[in-house]
Amino acid sequence: MPTETSTLTTQKTRNTKQLSSKLIRLLVYLSAVVTFGSLLFIILFILVRGVPYITPSLFEWNYTTDNVSLLPSLLTTLIVVGLSLLIATPIGVFTGFYLVEYADRGNKIVKAISMATDTLAAVPSIVYGLFGMLFFVTFLGFQYSVISGVLTAVIMVLPLIIRSTEEALLSVGMPLRQASFALGAGKLRTIFTVVLPVAMPGILSGVILASGRIVGETAALMYTLGTSTNLPTDLFSSGRTLALHMYVLSSEGLHVNEANATAVVLVVFVLVINALSTYLSKRLSKGGK
Amino acid sequence: MNQTKMTIRDLNLWYGDFQALHGMDLEIPENEVTAFIGPSGCGKSTFIKTLNRMNDLVQGCRIEGNVQLDGENIYSHRYDVNNLRKRVGMVFQQPNPFPKSIYDNIAYGPRTHGIRDKQQLDQIVEESLKKAAIWDEVKDHLDRNALSISGGQQQRICIARALAIQPEVLLMDEPTSALDPISTAKIEELVTQLKEDYTIVMVTHNMQQASRVSDKTAFFLNGYIVEHGDTRKIFTNPEHEQTENYISGRFG
Repeated sequence: MPTETSTLTTQKTRNTKQLSSKLIRLLVYLSAVVTFGSLLFIILFILVRGVPYITPSLFEWNYTTDNVSLLPSLLTTLIVVGLSLLIATPIGVFTGFYLVEYADRGNKIVKAISMATDTLAAVPSIVYGLFGMLFFVTFLGFQYSVISGVLTAVIMVLPLIIRSTEEALLSVGMPLRQASFALGAGKLRTIFTVVLPVAMPGILSGVILASGRIVGETAALMYTLGTSTNLPTDLFSSGRTLALHMYVLSSEGLHVNEANATAVVLVVFVLVINALSTYLSKRLSKGGK
Repeated sequence: MNQTKMTIRDLNLWYGDFQALHGMDLEIPENEVTAFIGPSGCGKSTFIKTLNRMNDLVQGCRIEGNVQLDGENIYSHRYDVNNLRKRVGMVFQQPNPFPKSIYDNIAYGPRTHGIRDKQQLDQIVEESLKKAAIWDEVKDHLDRNALSISGGQQQRICIARALAIQPEVLLMDEPTSALDPISTAKIEELVTQLKEDYTIVMVTHNMQQASRVSDKTAFFLNGYIVEHGDTRKIFTNPEHEQTENYISGRFG
């Protein structure tokens, strides 16, 4: 009798196991389909709605309410992204270097900086926007301008760049550093000639992700960069990025088709940035001479 | 009898609260191979790293005592650690070439110490690779990534890289433990040749290796040097019972 019960139980557990493994497999497939499917759906939806309305007049130099040109916004996007990265990259990368290579692990300052970056990374972008408006636009008197927008974007992407730099540096193994130190190389030389080349792809992909974040940003820029339709003439004039342009068009409700066309351009822009990032990091990690 | 190259006097080392080395005393003779043997965790690797101050990089590591290179204390405040490491080179357990070309790997040390002249660098690279007995295998593709060659070749590249800064002492921390028997034999042969020009200190897990290549042997146990002296004597007629037990394979 006892043996029979035990075989029964094993049979039973086996059945439950098979069932649960089937169930889990189903769930995994389902999640994959949902993820991929929604991406595909979004892109197709945008293309179908937007592509027919991409006309030469969308790319005219000056914006008018007739042509609803997106060219000024496209150029403003490039300007804002370029300037922001110009400021954020050195600060972020050097902070990452400090945290990994120079500061003692477990030191209080390091803990404080790590906590600050984590917190900053989790802050919703509208909060950056409000902060930028209160501080740069009002308090410092920069008005709605490129400089206000850029500085806000810098604060927003700094944690991203710091984190990716940190991770890239930490992934460079101790043996390589030891080899360099054992040859009598100092810290600076070790970092620049041994660690940096290996960590470069990681750092670079962080920077490119940061640019993607700025390209897609609306909330943080709306109250800092403003929404002027013209191409900014200097650092203290307002403009709008593509994402903002699209947001304004669709919220006004008068140019929904043009908003869709703008979305197509924006998506292409982001895809190009992503492809560039993959290509560069592959190339750099392969080359590594 | 060769002159003493390095002298270690009453060396104690702590990792945090844990004392890893206790009152080490040892002389390392010039142009000979000194082998450190002993079971895992007995302090061999820790000890060899005190000889070029690689333990400086370990957080919470504290050292007391005296290590002299040609009569000068390398732990004195005035001693330049980078200059020390130029004179005392090191080869690690795992081959660790830089992900650069073979040429750049070898030239890294000389460039670090200020040699920029292309001709001079070419010459150093060739000489070092020849000394490490790998020139014939790599001379036609010096621009290849050093990671693309076999593990045994990589380790000889690392030896060549260490030799390129013309050290006086060469520390080898289990240099063959990650290699196949043929590569191991090549490196052992190399070590016997190299001792004509260099003082060699070698950690090994492999007792046959110690008896084959070394002139002097030190036996480590639990952070103490139990016994040291001529390799032949240690292996045939050890003074301490623990040494005998270890060598005859009764523990460790």
